[in-house]
Amino acid sequence: MSADIGRIFHALSDNARRSMVEELSNGPLSVSQLAQPFDMTLAAVVQHVNLLESCGLIKTYKQGRVRTCELETTALIAAEKWLQGRKRLWERRLDRLGDVLSED
Amino acid sequence: MSQSSVAHSTFSIEREYPQAAAKVFQAFSDPVKKRRWFAEGEGFIVDSFTIDFRVGGKETCLFRIQEGPVAGQICRNDTWYMDIVADRRLVTAYNMTLGDNRISSSLSTVELFSLQDKTLLKFTEQAAFYDGADGAEMRREGWRFLLEKLAKELGG
Repeated sequence: MSADIGRIFHALSDNARRSMVEELSNGPLSVSQLAQPFDMTLAAVVQHVNLLESCGLIKTYKQGRVRTCELETTALIAAEKWLQGRKRLWERRLDRLGDVLSED
Repeated sequence: MSQSSVAHSTFSIEREYPQAAAKVFQAFSDPVKKRRWFAEGEGFIVDSFTIDFRVGGKETCLFRIQEGPVAGQICRNDTWYMDIVADRRLVTAYNMTLGDNRISSSLSTVELFSLQDKTLLKFTEQAAFYDGADGAEMRREGWRFLLEKLAKELGG
């Protein structure tokens, strides 16, 4: 799990890839639609898309000659889980338990 | 085959408290004490908290989160006591529900180890997080929230 999180974070550490993920959070887009706002070659966009797909943040599928990209919810759950963290919730709780124990 | 709709996660936390195990255990069995550390916390409004502390008994916590993408929505934590060994062990199963959607089911284990007059507490959670429980709108909000947090983490 933590290795996957590392790859997800690496993927999201790049501005262009983060923007792509933001675009895709509104719904699926073709690779060329996704490339539109960026000043880069289609080949470079495809590289970013491949990286995002390899770490599980997005999935892609081909319909005829069009490759469509879509956010992958499982990776979202993993990343969200890591960040918003059930673990941190429990760490805070157990810190408060320490406070309660020392109060009385 | 379609993508799995469940993500699993396990974690453990250890804490040492300078109190005897009996006292630590009491902070789990006493509803007033448990509410103070378990339910009350920054960013949460607790609407109700009840405990029926026995094997097979139930604990229910209704609360609202003050900030973030799900602010104001009613959340509930339904807990069932699976195993209780006084001063030593407490195993529960619990569901987290947000609005009408179940977001996770977990098994949580609290183990207490006596070290002279101190107590080592080991907490382990094994959780199943459900996919598609959040709906498209909330997922989008979740992403926005996540990316903002990430930007902060990265110093952006």
